[in-house]
Amino acid sequence: MTELNKLGLAEARDLLRKGETTSVELTEACIGAIDAADALNAYVHKTPEIALERARAADERLKSGDAPAMCGLPIGIKDVFCTEGVDSQAGSNILKGFKPQYESTVTQNLRDTGAVMLGKLNMDEFAMGSSNESSCYGPVVNPWKRDGDDTQLTPGGSSGGSSAAVAADLCLAATGTDTGGSIRQPAAFTGTVGIKPTYGRCSRWGVVSYASSLDQAGPMTKTVRDAAIMLGAMAGHDPKDSTSADLAVPDFEALLTGDIRGKKIGLPKEYRVDGMPESIEKLWNEGAEKLKAAGAEIVEISLPHTKYALPAYYVIAPAEASSNLARYDGVRYGERATLDAGDGITEMYEKSRAAGFGPETQRRIMVGTYVLSAGFYDAYYNRARRVRTLIKKDFEDAFASGIDAILAPVTPSAAFGLGDMASADPVEMYLQDVFSVTLNLAGLPGVAVPAGLNSQGLPLGLQLIGKPWEEGDLLNTAYALEQATGFVAKPSQWW
Amino acid sequence: MSIDQNTAAKVAKLARIKVEDEALPALATEFNNILGFIEQLNEVDVEGVEPMTSVTPQRLKRREDVVSDGNQQDKVLANAPDAREGFFAVPKVVE
Repeated sequence: MTELNKLGLAEARDLLRKGETTSVELTEACIGAIDAADALNAYVHKTPEIALERARAADERLKSGDAPAMCGLPIGIKDVFCTEGVDSQAGSNILKGFKPQYESTVTQNLRDTGAVMLGKLNMDEFAMGSSNESSCYGPVVNPWKRDGDDTQLTPGGSSGGSSAAVAADLCLAATGTDTGGSIRQPAAFTGTVGIKPTYGRCSRWGVVSYASSLDQAGPMTKTVRDAAIMLGAMAGHDPKDSTSADLAVPDFEALLTGDIRGKKIGLPKEYRVDGMPESIEKLWNEGAEKLKAAGAEIVEISLPHTKYALPAYYVIAPAEASSNLARYDGVRYGERATLDAGDGITEMYEKSRAAGFGPETQRRIMVGTYVLSAGFYDAYYNRARRVRTLIKKDFEDAFASGIDAILAPVTPSAAFGLGDMASADPVEMYLQDVFSVTLNLAGLPGVAVPAGLNSQGLPLGLQLIGKPWEEGDLLNTAYALEQATGFVAKPSQWW
Repeated sequence: MSIDQNTAAKVAKLARIKVEDEALPALATEFNNILGFIEQLNEVDVEGVEPMTSVTPQRLKRREDVVSDGNQQDKVLANAPDAREGFFAVPKVVE
């Protein structure tokens, strides 16, 4: 048998149900792989005792015949999810030592179906970043390297620990969150699958907030089928999140037929940006050809306000962050700075926040504070929200014209080197999100599927964007693309 | 729109983040770069366009006005840097 940690969710589930392996065996294989992979820095809080305890309970459930889809499957949890009694820092020093007294709805849903938590995964601080370099734990290292080149690369961000752990088989799958591309970009950089569902599909309760109108949780997996299985377990209405959709969750896996004959797939012409590497453009064209060969109709569409998505995002997301992160005050949880004699409460706030937040988080809080401040609220924040309305309308018009899904690149490049952006202007890092951020603004679902390798042997991903609440149809198109590309490459183990 | 050091200091104060004086020039420069990027939004004609408040057209749910939770003082205080006698403790607020 192949090493158990290398299995995907569907394969492992089928073996468990046939009684050919146990959750304890799967979990022990993952724990062994995790302990041998400290060089990747993917896991930041390991929970082997909890994992084995839940694995034993899952094996009991399996024996009794009560085995929901995720029962007994070991997964990693992004540090942004509050997990009862287990450190949950969202990659920030300001939450050092924070042990939630409750479980987030998404991780509770996974627990209820019998999934096994292996530990907490590294991420950019408060999910603000595209390279995992803003983490208080230090960056994650991508298991992939360029051919014949030992340079350490980023696994993407903010869900970089999740993407690296899935790619390196340190779990069968992982949770991620996506505010501007934080599931899809890391998936693309590591040859894995990641879906950001429709806004409202997964509850945000117990997920440390970055930008509440954009944040969504989703699965990061080895295959599209696995993403369908895990999304079904994570999703569902939650009265504790007022923006959670009161809609039934379909059986996403049952919708994977691979039949996309007659589907209309749009290619947005505005995504052909200047300076796009040839390898990305080629991948995109080949992806379209493959969908066409599978029976889909390919049409060019226009999303005229695409160019303004990134600047609108970098007003709206920091504005919401400045408000959300006001709660870190050194009073109720997390770190309080050492105070000098005579310091009052204002000094306590200012010193605790200066010491606890990293540079990128401070920058975004302050930009958000500025765009919301008296005199600038209309010029920046309200204008950005108006532009957001137009960006959403672009998609609505495209779908109204008969499009079923949109095909686009995920990122403007393959994984870049750790430290490469260190001296760059923050805006250059923001450009990583150019193809991913539009659908967060519009609330639409999007899935990243590995589609090939570039000339240096690094994985590249394609993104499919779907209609609201049509994740099932979207995943089916992704499944057809996955089958057509036949991507099976894995990083060679150096760690 | 250009941000000078005084504005940068004011924003830091509003955000309750201590920024040392010598760090202000670099901060102001960063703000200006980011705001320069954001200025592109001025090219868009937004006349008559409503600002977006929610990505899905929905009326926020309402619930019965009843107590559904509570009596968890220990849990509420469990993560506090300084909790005393059932309260959060902070430095002196009023003279």
